[in-house]
Amino acid sequence: MNANPVVGTEEAESYEEQHVHEVYEQIASHFSSTRYKPWPIVSSFLSSLRPGSIGLDVGCGNGKYLAVNRDVFIVGSDRSSNLVKIASQSQNQPHAAVVADSLALPHQKDRFDFAISIAVVHHLSTRERRREAVGAVLECLRDGGRALVYVWALEQKGSRRGWDEGGEQDVMVPWVMKSSKKDVGEAGETEKTFQRFYHLYRKGELEEDVVEVGGEVVESGYEKDNWWAICRRPLKE
Amino acid sequence: MKVLTLNFLTCAVKACKSSTASFPLHPKDCELVSDTIEANPALIYNILPRVDWAALMTTASELGFPTLPAQAPTKEELEADEKMMGELHTLLLETQISEGMLRCGNCGHEYRVKEGIANFLLPNHLV
Ligand SMILES: [Zn+2]
Repeated sequence: MNANPVVGTEEAESYEEQHVHEVYEQIASHFSSTRYKPWPIVSSFLSSLRPGSIGLDVGCGNGKYLAVNRDVFIVGSDRSSNLVKIASQSQNQPHAAVVADSLALPHQKDRFDFAISIAVVHHLSTRERRREAVGAVLECLRDGGRALVYVWALEQKGSRRGWDEGGEQDVMVPWVMKSSKKDVGEAGETEKTFQRFYHLYRKGELEEDVVEVGGEVVESGYEKDNWWAICRRPLKE
Repeated sequence: MKVLTLNFLTCAVKACKSSTASFPLHPKDCELVSDTIEANPALIYNILPRVDWAALMTTASELGFPTLPAQAPTKEELEADEKMMGELHTLLLETQISEGMLRCGNCGHEYRVKEGIANFLLPNHLV
């Protein structure tokens, strides 16, 4: 399905409200029960941090990356208060989570040792906003701090979805939520389908966006249907 | 929300970030609760150099805690002073703001903390 008739900022915001934020708020606990296995690149990035490092997990969802390294302190944030409630549970100690928008982060500039943005910026509906989101993460980093950004790839030859090079990049992706109907006394299960907006990144696009907002790509690559980049702000002379 | 977390939060309004008045946010009408969290001295030693100590002093005094020393204690000082270590553990990790508001000293906007979760989503006129 093609998507995204967005033109202006206000339209982008209300479009994302409907096709991203509302959906996650509704599917939060079901989504969370399916999201428990950290991706290897993210785990190794987090595990390599110096003990005592302070960082951000922008778009932390259910907080599955908060538990990876307990020797650092992470402030996670997400638009969905239902997901933040799950992320704040005690298994994620010592870390924290707050409700915030990735384009209006409640953090100081130049303060953090690291940041991760995992499967988040691909939910923004214009390139300008996706770049702004990468810029917002970079801005929080201190000199020498590093951020890992991870987005869904257009090139997914091996996946069942059939996306690949040259295809439509702005797509709607269904989330099918099954729930039992025992409360209403009906037999079996009921299914509800939610449509989420995604921008699928083509090869090189994430790196272009990092550079466009004044960042430097330290390392980048492809991992199981996703593009990732570790980036930083250019070191001052 | 932990007191430690407050040391890494500021106003979400873009124009406030360049103002020193926006950090730290000021707790207002806050209810505090205490969680029991396992002692982790190594974590405290390691994060202390990254904590903004002046901001922590402000927060602690606004929440009604006894005055903190003017300088962050060193690792050696903490190792020699179990009482201080315990107090810092309680203040930074165990003390939680469960309900209340966090006010920006620059624009005056108040962010709500509800059931321990702070909400930084801005109303339309502040975006
Ligand atoms: Zn403000």
